Amino acid sequence: MALFDAVLELADDHLVLGHRLSEWCGHAPMLEEDLALPNMALDLIGTARTLYDYAAQLEGEGRSEDDMAYLRGEREYRNLLLCERPNEDFAHTVLRQLYFAAFMKPYWEAALSSSDEVIAGVAGKAVKEMAYHIRHAGEWVIRLGDGTDESARRMKDAVEALHIYTGELFEEGAAEGIDALPSRAAIQPAWEATIDEIFGHALLSRPVVQYPQTGGRVGKHGEGLGHLLAEMQSVYRAHPGATW
Amino acid sequence: MYSQGLIGADARTDETPEFLEAFQNRIDAEEKIEPNDAMPEGYRRTLVRQIGQHAHSEIVGMLPEGNWITRAPSLRRKAALLAKVQDEGGHGLYLYAAAETLGVSREEMTEELLDGRAKYSSIFNYPTLSWADIGTIGWLVDGAAIMNQIPLCRCSYGPYARAMIRVCKEESFHQRQGYEIVMTLAQGTPDQKAMAQDSLNRWWWPSLMMFGPHDGDSVHGDQSMAWKIKRFSNDELRQKFIDATVPQAEYLGLTIPDPDLKWNEEKGGYDHGPIDWDEFWRVVKGHGPMARDRIKARKKAWDDGAWVREAALAHAEKRKARKLVAE
Ligand SMILES: [Fe+2]
Ligand SMILES: [Fe+2]
Ligand SMILES: [Fe+2]
Repeated sequence: MALFDAVLELADDHLVLGHRLSEWCGHAPMLEEDLALPNMALDLIGTARTLYDYAAQLEGEGRSEDDMAYLRGEREYRNLLLCERPNEDFAHTVLRQLYFAAFMKPYWEAALSSSDEVIAGVAGKAVKEMAYHIRHAGEWVIRLGDGTDESARRMKDAVEALHIYTGELFEEGAAEGIDALPSRAAIQPAWEATIDEIFGHALLSRPVVQYPQTGGRVGKHGEGLGHLLAEMQSVYRAHPGATW
Repeated sequence: MYSQGLIGADARTDETPEFLEAFQNRIDAEEKIEPNDAMPEGYRRTLVRQIGQHAHSEIVGMLPEGNWITRAPSLRRKAALLAKVQDEGGHGLYLYAAAETLGVSREEMTEELLDGRAKYSSIFNYPTLSWADIGTIGWLVDGAAIMNQIPLCRCSYGPYARAMIRVCKEESFHQRQGYEIVMTLAQGTPDQKAMAQDSLNRWWWPSLMMFGPHDGDSVHGDQSMAWKIKRFSNDELRQKFIDATVPQAEYLGLTIPDPDLKWNEEKGGYDHGPIDWDEFWRVVKGHGPMARDRIKARKKAWDDGAWVREAALAHAEKRKARKLVAE
């Protein structure tokens, strides 16, 4: 079951972050972002679907991808705290995306050679998507960091608010000791290099975190996730057994 | 009549009878009018108004459907709805670009939308109250939009016609997808079927109103027809829509909420009951149930995004300045 748990963790990361991005649809700062944010959300939700489907298969109890997504509560969700952080403003949103994608790109690159065919297959598609997310979110971090006084202040606030959640990216969680999945801790140098490169242009510096926040992998979330799930699951749960 | 007009975006031209006649001859010969061609000011204004309204409709139309993205009842539906709403944003983008060829900027058009000078399709001032509305909107609202827009693919103004060809392909995909959502509900549990029927009850009449007033009461009709911006009258399009949609509802086992609806053998189409024109004009004049909320949401997105747009501009300026220094 260890692989099952690890796949579920990954799936939850992608769904929860995809859901957060989807909340922007129709409310973005400009029309171009009303297209770009759903685009990234679609990438993440697509990956989540494949991973839930795979987790259900590994479990072998006849659950569907939707059962996985819609019938587990906040204590059962295993996503990173970073992924559930609220959108706040555009600075928070693009920084959260950069932090996540800067981790997932090298993660999926390492997973390309996985002995697990499904994981290697997901990786093939996700590497390109994550490269785009880094580029898109990274360009915004630079524009906002080196834009106006207000945007620079908001960007610094976002770093201050979100950096404490980044340590959790490198915890092995349920993937500990599973050869089919890359080591998460080993990704840290590549992640830091990407962030430092972008922060250099954005006039930001990577803070030293004294008290990192973790707990997502054991279902200890912030208060926001329960609301996200209540909304997401409301229709599905109101009609048990229905087909949509 | 002698009046002032514009060539393309800025150069002035006198609209002599000879000029107007020559222009009409080009239209009658089914020639496409392109951005830099001479055109009567009235033609340009009509197009700016129509393309602008159309673009705004796509953008405001993202809101009622966006209302269900976070609650879509399966991951497959969630992804499809996100993609659909994103398509609508894309339609807005091509349409603003088409309007820009006539010398108005997207910013100006956006300001007109936000301060209420520009209109958008009234249908989006109704609320989405259940998941079934996502299906019904695709089926009926995108369906009605296609009826209106297919003829626009042959519109005399080239950029608009070309934008419409691309848009129509996607709209017909949306229509099929919406119908498929409603079909799933109609074949589902009794609650799901009731949800689908309730949704049809609420959207049927507003969908018929999408075609505008009866031909006799329509102000922009004749000149737009002569200029081949419009090719069919409101009532003709409404009739086509009803004739296409009634059998689809029957196939689903849903009831169209019109007790007077019946097949008319003689005209080879359906007769329908009276449309509530008081409601139509009330909603057109900005008193639809969601009118204030829609504009408020668009205004909030625009105002909250101002610092982002300013930062993007400021950053671009800084880069340009740095490049100059480096050279
Ligand atoms: Fe559209
Ligand atoms: Fe449209
Ligand atoms: Fe559409």
